Amino acid sequence: MTDNATNGQMIVCPHCDALYRVRMPEFGERAVCKRCHTVLIAPRAHAMIRIVALSVTNLILVIAALFLPFLQISRAGFSNATSLMDAVLAFATGPLFVLSLAVGALIVVVPMLRMLLSIYVLAPMAFDRKPLPASKRAFRLFEALKPWSMAEIFVLGCGVALVKVSALAQVHLGSAFWMMCVLVVVVLLQDNMMCRWSIWNALERRK
Amino acid sequence: MTHSHHAISARSAGHLACERCGAVFPLSQEGQPCTRCDHNLRSRDMRSMQKVWAWWLVGVMCYIPANLEPMLRTRTLVHTSEDTIVAGAIALMHHGDYGVAAIILIASVGIPVAKFAAVAYLALSVRGVGKMAPGRRQHLYELVEYIGRWSMIDVFVVAILSALVQLNVAASISPGPAALTFALSVIFTMLAAQSFDSRLIWDTLGDDVQNDAPDADLQKKERP
Ligand SMILES: [Zn+2]
Ligand SMILES: [Zn+2]
Repeated sequence: MTDNATNGQMIVCPHCDALYRVRMPEFGERAVCKRCHTVLIAPRAHAMIRIVALSVTNLILVIAALFLPFLQISRAGFSNATSLMDAVLAFATGPLFVLSLAVGALIVVVPMLRMLLSIYVLAPMAFDRKPLPASKRAFRLFEALKPWSMAEIFVLGCGVALVKVSALAQVHLGSAFWMMCVLVVVVLLQDNMMCRWSIWNALERRK
Repeated sequence: MTHSHHAISARSAGHLACERCGAVFPLSQEGQPCTRCDHNLRSRDMRSMQKVWAWWLVGVMCYIPANLEPMLRTRTLVHTSEDTIVAGAIALMHHGDYGVAAIILIASVGIPVAKFAAVAYLALSVRGVGKMAPGRRQHLYELVEYIGRWSMIDVFVVAILSALVQLNVAASISPGPAALTFALSVIFTMLAAQSFDSRLIWDTLGDDVQNDAPDADLQKKERP
């Protein structure tokens, strides 16, 4: 991705519309907008293959967390365990069922879809193949969905719920909780790897 | 702002960038689809402010009932209670859980109110209201975009509690109508922030006379 063909090409800061000529940074360096400090280009060595690997990891974690218990409580001889699936279905009965759909989308469907899209777009390029058909649309969707992927917020929500319930009953953390914690870290690592400018350029060049 | 002298906007240099993929075109291409990603090219989103205010308004309208109606219904052997967001936080404080009460209050009251104010201020600032420098306003905008999503935490807490606390007669928790209106309020405010075209912030600066676009700054990246 560091070929000289990109040097001299124009780049515009997406946030403040400042225009620059590209001087491709080395791996580990980054090009930053002078007036609003938005990161414009941040190439990482072997970024594509690493992102794909992290996506696969994430996908496995979400699927496992879906069915394994998240939190368990007990009180007065009664006990109950909750998986991610149960949390999604919490509103399923009654007038709040739309909320079930929203929660399911935000904490399961959108994160999983984003992982699948990133694998679809980046895996062929990681192995020096041509991008698959509709890769650009897939990457577009991947970017648009970013703010709507809320797994990390859900994990903090679990922490809060834990404290809220502790007055009412005894609570134990389940294995899925720790999986989601790992997931949060993996998502952060992945965002750090992602250089949208380089990916769009690669999609354009290799079509 | 001293560092503004190093920058020239694409618009005044006769260029525009695709909002979706960042490809650069001559300004004359405005209104045409991007050759790279098919998105309609526009140098500025002229309808941005209308969209911001529309989402902002429905967001505020949903936020009011979200605070008046109960968020949670808790039933134990001894009593049944219905808690609004604020009442729930106060109950936590009575238990001595100040940290969690603070998280709830910040996420459900502090952030949403600050967000409504910030989005309104940013929208007005484009029309010349306020004196904050563009760089500071840009940071404010990024903060709103980043933090806005975290308000959703209270909805997730309600979902988790409702699923978890189903202990037959011993205790049970079910969601109240505020869970829905609150979620809608968060979603609408996120859409309001996303509709805002932050490039408009910098247009108030004007451009300096410069013939060519400078190189992008290079900065060593700290190892994460
Ligand atoms: Zn900028
Ligand atoms: Zn484009």
